[in-house]
Amino acid sequence: MAIKMKKKSTSTDMTAMCDVAFLLLTFFILTATAKVPEVMPVDTPASTVQTKLPEKDLATLTVGNGKVFFDVKGKDVRIRTLELMGDKYGVKFSEEDQNKFAIMESFGVPVQSLKQILDMKPSDRKNVQQPGIPKDSLDNQLAEWVQNARIANIELHDKELELAIKGDAKEEYPIIRKVMDILQDQKINNFSLVTGLRGNEQ
Amino acid sequence: MAELNTGDGGGGKKGSKKVRSKKQNSKVDLTAMVDLAFLLITFFMLTTTLSKPQSMNLGLPDKDPNKDNNKDVKVDENRTMTILLGDNNKLVRYVGLLATPVAGGAPKDFAYGKDGIRGELLSRKEKVLQYTGNKDKGMIVIIKPSKKSNYRNLVDILDEMAIVNVPTYAIVNEFTPEETKLLGESGGAAATPAATPANP
Repeated sequence: MAIKMKKKSTSTDMTAMCDVAFLLLTFFILTATAKVPEVMPVDTPASTVQTKLPEKDLATLTVGNGKVFFDVKGKDVRIRTLELMGDKYGVKFSEEDQNKFAIMESFGVPVQSLKQILDMKPSDRKNVQQPGIPKDSLDNQLAEWVQNARIANIELHDKELELAIKGDAKEEYPIIRKVMDILQDQKINNFSLVTGLRGNEQ
Repeated sequence: MAELNTGDGGGGKKGSKKVRSKKQNSKVDLTAMVDLAFLLITFFMLTTTLSKPQSMNLGLPDKDPNKDNNKDVKVDENRTMTILLGDNNKLVRYVGLLATPVAGGAPKDFAYGKDGIRGELLSRKEKVLQYTGNKDKGMIVIIKPSKKSNYRNLVDILDEMAIVNVPTYAIVNEFTPEETKLLGESGGAAATPAATPANP
């Protein structure tokens, strides 16, 4: 008797696979955060070190053209930092201002003129020349921002804020040192330098 | 004349075959859809993880505002290499003391990167280990960035430290007049405090 082999179908059922694929796709789309446009684009130097920056509890000091811009992660931390800074310098920020500040990118203006920046449309902000946060010894607002962001982070997240310096590759060393000195004055002796990935070995 | 074959089929015996509509397949071919979905997944996965910036950790020592509390640490000059960073990517290194350098350690220009300072660092590291014969007493590198040097130079040299795995290195801002002369700068660097040994 001849045994008949059951004819196998060559097409597999793709339904389950398709389901999984789209589930993952949805997940990745939702978790992906939109890239915030940088107010001051800097060209970071390359390095071979492959440590990633933390996602939260991080403040970034962007240094370029002799100017320093400040940015801190986390909406709640930002709002609290702004409150503390407002109290310190006697500038009132309304709730609307605070919400705008919470979703804003990094900024580089003295706290007195921060309100003007907040009132602008997000798309207009990068068209204005921001003078950088004052950092000389007479009016060291940068140190205050760092200090208050650290206080806010400890209050809200009960964790020490991490600092990162994102410097332009062509920036001269004295300015970088000035920023490091400001951090060291607050006993922050450990911080990160943001670098790009070195593509191929030179 | 050409004849068009219609479904009825003229020639066949009438009634011998039932007219059947073709069985519609309920399955849709999902292959292309899955392909597309996975392509997009790959894209989103890579963009979310690769866009995170790299960072380099830098530890500096405590800075005491009271200068008298900053004690000088004496180290064996045979273990130290001093790297001076100047403008236009100039890099000068010497081993030991500037006035009395160790054999083969007289001030010399180097380039950044693999073909330049890295080879020197590696060979010197070996020599220091042979000299001390103690694994815990490795080479000490003193990095002195001048005022004209830029941030890229500093990151590059810190990167070399990480690649070569130098056990101890320090960023020092003080310049002696002789060192300034070595870099060919005129009065570029005044002596400033804040010696900063880092031990990662």
